[in-house]
Amino acid sequence: MVKKVLMQTYLWVLLLLLYAPILIIVIYSFTDAKVLGNWTGFSLKLYRSLCNTGAHHSLMNALINTIAIAFIAATVSTLLGSVAAIGIYNLRARSRKAMGFINTIPILNGDIITGISLFLLFVSLGITQGFTTVVLAHITFCTPYVVLSVLPRLKQMNPNLYEAALDLGATPMQALWKVIIPEIRPGMVSGFLLALTISIDDFAVTVFTIGNQGLETLSTYIYADARKGGLTPELRPLSAVIFVVILVLLIIINRRADKAKNK
Amino acid sequence: MQSEIKPIIEVKGVSKFFGEKTALDNINLSIKKGEFVTILGPSGCGKTTLLRLIAGFQTASEGVIRIAGEEITQTPPHKRPVNTVFQKYALFPHLNVYDNIAFGLKLKKMPKDTVLKKVKAALKMVGMTDYEYRDVNSLSGGQQQRVAIARAIVNEPEVLLLDEPLAALDLKMRKDMQMELKEMHKTLGITFVYVTHDQEEALTLSDTIVVMSEGRIQQIGTPTDIYNEPINSFVADFIGESNILNGVMVKDKLVHFCDRDFECVDEGFGENTPVDVVIRPEDLYIFPVSDMAQLRGTVQSCIFKGVHYEMVVLCHGYEFVVQDYHAFEAGTEVGMLVKPFDIHIMKKERICNTFEGKLIDETHVEFLGCEFECAPVDLQKVSLGDVLVDVDFGKINLLDNAEDGMLTGEIKFILYKGNHYHLTVWSDWDENVFVDTNDVWDDGDRVGISIAPEDIRVRVKQEER
Repeated sequence: MVKKVLMQTYLWVLLLLLYAPILIIVIYSFTDAKVLGNWTGFSLKLYRSLCNTGAHHSLMNALINTIAIAFIAATVSTLLGSVAAIGIYNLRARSRKAMGFINTIPILNGDIITGISLFLLFVSLGITQGFTTVVLAHITFCTPYVVLSVLPRLKQMNPNLYEAALDLGATPMQALWKVIIPEIRPGMVSGFLLALTISIDDFAVTVFTIGNQGLETLSTYIYADARKGGLTPELRPLSAVIFVVILVLLIIINRRADKAKNK
Repeated sequence: MQSEIKPIIEVKGVSKFFGEKTALDNINLSIKKGEFVTILGPSGCGKTTLLRLIAGFQTASEGVIRIAGEEITQTPPHKRPVNTVFQKYALFPHLNVYDNIAFGLKLKKMPKDTVLKKVKAALKMVGMTDYEYRDVNSLSGGQQQRVAIARAIVNEPEVLLLDEPLAALDLKMRKDMQMELKEMHKTLGITFVYVTHDQEEALTLSDTIVVMSEGRIQQIGTPTDIYNEPINSFVADFIGESNILNGVMVKDKLVHFCDRDFECVDEGFGENTPVDVVIRPEDLYIFPVSDMAQLRGTVQSCIFKGVHYEMVVLCHGYEFVVQDYHAFEAGTEVGMLVKPFDIHIMKKERICNTFEGKLIDETHVEFLGCEFECAPVDLQKVSLGDVLVDVDFGKINLLDNAEDGMLTGEIKFILYKGNHYHLTVWSDWDENVFVDTNDVWDDGDRVGISIAPEDIRVRVKQEER
């Protein structure tokens, strides 16, 4: 009995420690104190002023940039990753294993290394850094995740399906659209959502590829803001909103994964 | 007559290689329009590869395939006038029954009402009326296979290819589906090419059976031909049960086996030629000892098989499998009789192992990738260099411990010859070694192979013609 209580306590303490920072931000987003830690009574003023873009134009700009980059990068990497997964699936066993391994390297590789190497690449090619380079960088690190979520769908598929489509008179292109894509669509959607969250979340790679033309994403804006001393109070409600959105996305992804497993 | 009809499928000199491996070796096959042809063979014999070449999922390394007189060797599958039923159904899981069946028709841009009519007709054909809007994943194996068949025949192909379509179904369902397939073949009047490893299925369904083994066609014939006149011991052993014994053709219509001469109906083998004798278990008459008996023996075992009893009878050192409606207890002395036309004679493919080799010196010869010591060779008669080496089946020793042999191999095919086993061993030098032995081995066993020097006979290699 005592053991059980100890185990429970340990678990709850651990969870509290893990989530305390986020909880504090969420709680203090409902008060209008300038400094974090002061509770001056419940208020939605910060949420209101966040919606009022005039006041914090640069913050809203950063948010819009972040979302635009995330959607473009997620869309492109979903296309690239799905095509790559189909290619990898059709390789012979040994090459397939090798490609699978190569695909995991960018995932395991530190963001900072990816960031620096992309920075050096763009500089050496003489490409001016800005919106395009950030999008390209995000596509680079999102694609492997899409490959990872599409490959299992292909492996589950009856290997004769593609041949059956050809046999019934479909050209290879028609077989791809009418049979293969519908089969792997759940994997593609999961991959897209995953890419979206990773892209929104990224700081290390972004900061190396964003250039000095004044472009800001949310992560770089917050970083710069914090270095100037003190966070803009509106960041608290913004963080809370982003947290909830990401949470919802994650729940959707997990639900889908569970459904796929139960099928 | 049938033979005047132009063949719908012609396979000429087709080979298929996967890297070093030969999956199909010079296949020649001609299928008549409207025939039900079964390609029969054990797993790995190349039967599915042959079907895939006809369907176009793989292309032949050599040779030509024609369908309805048109060469299609390199034509992609979607342009071929054939449709396939796959072993694991391969229904599209994201489409319902209707859309699965309509898949091919919609691609042809057929008007909607025609599609509907055709799909309904196809569903009726396979006995699945009213299943249109069911999810294919909710159907049983048998129902899925029916939908798969409907999906193929709705396109009205010239040829329907079926790749072990019933293999995943249970016995009862399989029997029902066999009858339905045969019925369907009659109604549709199109050519069926059916791949299976089940000999009973092949005998039940086919107009023509093509028996394959190791990438080669062993025999083509009607079910009765194949059953009654198997061309070699592989076919005899694979189709139905049989007693296969070594015999000697004394002269026309007289064969010697089991220490006795028997009258038979075969001729043209020459005099005193070693042959394989095949007797089906149901062709041996068994009765209490009497003057009628051609053979006398003792029953070793007796098993009830439902319709008949299966007995093993030992006579003159040979074991015979006998099937009869009457049971004779183990230990009973019995007499047996076989009618002349029930004795099937097959020419032996070979009477000893012959290898190509190289004579190194008087007492050493190289073959099967190894150097063997041999009895001294008369260098006056046989010169050093390329020679032929003969080794009798019974003179090859197989060793449990693969390392003890001069080379190793894998047992690939076992044939019981009544008093000994005739094994085919695939040596690591990629050549077959044939061995007679009394020891019991299993398929797939790895063995060491050794040959005593005095059992190696070296002779001059005839110049190539």
